[in-house]
Amino acid sequence: MQLSQILQFVLSGLSAGSVYGFTALGFTIIFNATGIINFAQGEFVMLGGLISVYYYKSLEFPLFFACLAAILTVMIIGALFERLAIYPRRNASVITLIIITIGGSMFLKGAAMHILGEDPVALPAFSGDKPIMFMGAAVLPQVIWVAGATLVAVVLLWFFYRKTILGKAMRASSDNREAAKIVGINVSRLTLYSFAFSAAIGAFAGVVVTPISMAVFEMGGMIGLKGFAAAILGGLGNPIGSVLGGLVLGVLESLSIGIISSGYKDAISLLVLLVVLFLRPSGLFGSAREERT
Amino acid sequence: MQVKNSGILKKYIPLAVFSLAIFLLPVYISNYEMKTLIFVGINAIVAMGLCLLMGYAGQISIGHAAFYGIGAYASAIITTTYGLSVWIGFLAAILLSGLVALLIGMPSLRLKGHYLAMATLGFGEIMYVFFVEMDQLTGGTEGILSIPPLSIGKFAFTTSKQIYYVVWIIAILLLIVALNVIHSRVGRALRAVHGSEIAAQAMGVNTSKYKIQIFVLSAVYAGIAGSLYAHFVNFINPSPFTLNFSIILVIIVVVGGMSSIWGALVGSFVMTLLPEYLRVFQEYNLIIYALILMSVMIFMPSGLVPGFFNLVNQFKQKEGIWRFLESKN
Repeated sequence: MQLSQILQFVLSGLSAGSVYGFTALGFTIIFNATGIINFAQGEFVMLGGLISVYYYKSLEFPLFFACLAAILTVMIIGALFERLAIYPRRNASVITLIIITIGGSMFLKGAAMHILGEDPVALPAFSGDKPIMFMGAAVLPQVIWVAGATLVAVVLLWFFYRKTILGKAMRASSDNREAAKIVGINVSRLTLYSFAFSAAIGAFAGVVVTPISMAVFEMGGMIGLKGFAAAILGGLGNPIGSVLGGLVLGVLESLSIGIISSGYKDAISLLVLLVVLFLRPSGLFGSAREERT
Repeated sequence: MQVKNSGILKKYIPLAVFSLAIFLLPVYISNYEMKTLIFVGINAIVAMGLCLLMGYAGQISIGHAAFYGIGAYASAIITTTYGLSVWIGFLAAILLSGLVALLIGMPSLRLKGHYLAMATLGFGEIMYVFFVEMDQLTGGTEGILSIPPLSIGKFAFTTSKQIYYVVWIIAILLLIVALNVIHSRVGRALRAVHGSEIAAQAMGVNTSKYKIQIFVLSAVYAGIAGSLYAHFVNFINPSPFTLNFSIILVIIVVVGGMSSIWGALVGSFVMTLLPEYLRVFQEYNLIIYALILMSVMIFMPSGLVPGFFNLVNQFKQKEGIWRFLESKN
């Protein structure tokens, strides 16, 4: 394969990888604050995409406003989900919570199918769709948006977790929930914020990638699964690891399309997930003390 | 206070009553309803296996549709591509699903909670991709046609009534096996593991061995069900063996009550018959299932069967208190 072909695959892989990375971030944020894995995370991405298209096409909002409104809407949905489905059973066993979030993802998927329709939809590219040539590979301008957004998100998150009180509270809560309560951190409020925040991030990813790969009501499942694989790959709980894990996964997947065949594309991410879970559950960047319990 | 005489026969009463009901039912129902009950039976078989895994051993699998599929495809391929007897296909289904479960179970069951759930999810999805992509073997999206029905010698089970009895006889036999497992040393070891894996290990219980054994058993149940399914509808393709079905299986076990094998049966009846009654709301299937799942987990987390018994117990306790208070006057 020529260099330009490889580069093409890598670049398209980075774009898909960013979505996985953002989804992984969502998983990490909720996991850090609460220890829960939110199986509905992929649905937040899907809702970001579908709702922004709805605002843009049906309600005829201007493009950026539609995107912003969609992100806010999904953030509210995430908060409602936490209050109505998670909070009542917040002390339940892991299996119960897993099943509740699975139920939540099914519900959101069904609701999206009914309210927003079954057909794939797309937003127009933010700054035109004439590809930019880079060393023999064609890059859509939207991909630059995705890359830029990822970078901005990572920097903001780093700042948030290290420098703000809320971020520190979240880290404290993930480290030791009981101790956090003792020092006066309102852990249940944190759970709410983390769900809302993760929903917003997921929606952001959905919005930014819709011009490239369209949005449809059933996309959440695979995205969630691959996002989780990315989070585990990068080390669950490590925000930077999540994003990097997503990018690595995206590139691996893209290269596998080139080398093997597109039918096995999904299987590749899942194989990566299984291999990481079996061999090194703490992922590439996680600390080895990560409990698997 | 009376000491209850827990005679050995007493514990077989629910089983006997249930079996009798199953045998008499065909007299009262239509052909279509019988076909639906065949599906209930097939689902119940998978659900019982999953219930042993989730309720008693305390593990989770959201990829069990894969074993169901392995059983179905094994039977289908053996009987069509190779033209061998259906019982060899049946045996192949059992062996193959068990073997794959062993291979996947050994690394997976070292994981817990979310990680185990995700591993089983990933495994289920990978199997689905294989069912679709390995079309030389599985017929790809078109699937395998003309699967012969189950037969003993020259007698083929072709009518719904015949298949109904075959499926439910097998289901009841498997129910008896499950009940025996629960009341055996293995069952007690499992419940110890479920209660606290560390404590069980400290007591000398070889937890990994038992977890893997139950995982394999639950996969074999699913494989048997898959084989029955293939011979019932005579045609399979990848579409029933998706994550959706795996989740429905989990819903069945959880809604019925993870801690009780009867829960798996109740859950199968509820979840298989529900779509029939909700045909009007066909499109809202997904939302309704989701709401059922979430409501049960939020309001009655132990499921319908244990929930029912809890209510009965509460009632008995209150009645006991009333009697006590009355006798004091």
